[in-house]
Amino acid sequence: MTVPVSAGGPVRRLLSKLNPGRHLVRGIPLGWLILFFLVPFLVVLKISFAETAIAIPPYTSLLEWDADEAYLTLQLNLGNFLYLLEDSLYIDAYLSSIRIAGISTILALLVGFPMAYVIARARASTRTLLLALVILPFWTSFLLRVYSWMALLKQNGPVNDLLMLFGFIDAPIQLLQTDFAVFVGIVYTYLPFMILPLYSTLEKMDMTLLEAASDLGAKPWQSFFLITVPLAMPGIIAGCMLVFIPAVGEYVIPALLGGSDTLMIGRVLWDEFTLNRDWPMASAVAIVMLLFLVLPIMFLRNRSDRLED
Amino acid sequence: MSASKPASTPDLPIWKQADAKPFVQFEAVTKQFGDFTAVNRISLDIYRGELFCLLGGSGSGKSTLLRMLAGFEGVTSGRILIDGVDMSGVPPWERPVNMMFQSYALFPHLTVENNVAFGLRREGVPDAEVRARVAQMLDMVQLGHLGKRKPSQLSGGQRQRVALARALVKRPKLLLLDEPLGALDKKLREETQFELINIQEELGVTFIVVTHDQEEAMTLATRIGVMNHGEIVQIGEPHEIYEYPNSRFVAQFIGSVNMLEGTIVEDEPAHVRVACPDIGGSMYVAHGINCAPDQEVHIALRPEKIMISAEPPAQSENVCSGIIADIAYMGGLSVFRVRLDSGKELRVTQPNIERDMGARFTWNDRVYLYWGVTTAVILTA
Repeated sequence: MTVPVSAGGPVRRLLSKLNPGRHLVRGIPLGWLILFFLVPFLVVLKISFAETAIAIPPYTSLLEWDADEAYLTLQLNLGNFLYLLEDSLYIDAYLSSIRIAGISTILALLVGFPMAYVIARARASTRTLLLALVILPFWTSFLLRVYSWMALLKQNGPVNDLLMLFGFIDAPIQLLQTDFAVFVGIVYTYLPFMILPLYSTLEKMDMTLLEAASDLGAKPWQSFFLITVPLAMPGIIAGCMLVFIPAVGEYVIPALLGGSDTLMIGRVLWDEFTLNRDWPMASAVAIVMLLFLVLPIMFLRNRSDRLED
Repeated sequence: MSASKPASTPDLPIWKQADAKPFVQFEAVTKQFGDFTAVNRISLDIYRGELFCLLGGSGSGKSTLLRMLAGFEGVTSGRILIDGVDMSGVPPWERPVNMMFQSYALFPHLTVENNVAFGLRREGVPDAEVRARVAQMLDMVQLGHLGKRKPSQLSGGQRQRVALARALVKRPKLLLLDEPLGALDKKLREETQFELINIQEELGVTFIVVTHDQEEAMTLATRIGVMNHGEIVQIGEPHEIYEYPNSRFVAQFIGSVNMLEGTIVEDEPAHVRVACPDIGGSMYVAHGINCAPDQEVHIALRPEKIMISAEPPAQSENVCSGIIADIAYMGGLSVFRVRLDSGKELRVTQPNIERDMGARFTWNDRVYLYWGVTTAVILTA
């Protein structure tokens, strides 16, 4: 820009409005989101309105250009979406995904809250160590960790051995290929995403508030539910969303740990893409899943915004 | 107080009555954090209706004492009794005590009303009564119109009132206040001091206030306990602490003081004479103290009790002379720093009771300082 800076107030104001640094700072994340989120989403959306074809890529294009007649046609095939409603498999898969993800999220909250609480109340030196331990599993491959759960939960695995050793069961029980195994896998995998936001809200909490509550006659469990939980709510919401959203679309964990009857939308999607080679159908499944997830989240966000007011 | 006095002497303050039963009793209370002794064998009786100030610097153990009373800290040894009941093992939520926290500790997610109602709801008070008592308490602290606000929407002074209302609404027998005015600005602090006293007198609740601010303690307290290094070094009414400090620490901690050194020359029952090279003469004090001849002592002289004049005064003792090294004119008061012939500097404050009095002296004027026979305090500790 060749604007003379010395020209005084108005020019400087103009310059600060055009401030290139500010645009850059905003532009980078915005560009990233457009390039890696919006564009792929539009591609998927486009494919969901196409039909399968034996071609490369294996779907028809929406626009057809007839050069002779100078005629452009747009064909939107809504059949995929209608089929989602017709075949109960898909609705069952969605509901079952939400159920499994929901239960896993609640379990992760129940396991993660005490852990986050202990970390937030630990001495500063211990706290760093505990946080490192929470993140440590990420240093090994996710797939490897799920495979090791297969080893742990199998018929003659250590978990069954321990249960028999302590006399809880007489014969090995079926742990692998059950919903239980899926819950274990999801809770285990996503626990850090629950703990970290919980930790960050609990750590900020003023401990004298709990003293004040007990001074006013609240027993410890009352202080917990009346003071700690409401103040940790932003962390609870963030943690639950961070666990719930990826868990709904989870594919690897139900595929490896779940039974053949563990129906999850991630598996359906995978099957449509790879086994059926029905890219439009798979895209439609993905789009509806996105809507399923985005709407409640927008509702929750709205609510938490209002809570802050 | 003497034991021969009649048992019932209602015109004496309660802490001087022989038959008065203490309301709060500390019996040789010690608190240790690891190797650090925060509170060292403190015994202290506080009476019903008192406004008792624990005054001390940071780390003097005053807050620890308060927290032990509230039940947030256990006692390493000794006992605390409230209204004759041993508090050991009684959790905070069962003690007949409420506390106003230094940070106020208002619940940020609750409205002002719900903050104040919190304690009553825990007691299971019926809803209608909760609302009535909350409204009444908020009116008392003049916040009746702000009940629906969140603490974050209040000013510092308003938060302080909410904290006070929340602590008082349960009608505790004993209210603990941790630096209640510390977060307020000077003007607000002065107003609130008197309001606190009024509320305390109106409700008849016993107050124990922890503060590091000696002015605050002087204004609020019926009695002050001065703390240092985990011990109570002096207990007394504000004027006793100020006029009759029992140690150099107390003399210097409360108000400003000139500290001189001297040697006992005469120690008679009715007077003491101290040789004081700092003033180039001797000091005569019209009361006896318990000391030996030739003992080294400290002499505390309050700056406002020293007279200043350009002419030599008639008296030959309790007088010295020097030149004015510094003047601070503060409107109502003038503060002079006078360098004595011995090199010692004395601080003298004079009320400017007449207009332009502050301009009587100027730098390097020779002046005479003198004081009465009951002014100086001889300190052996």
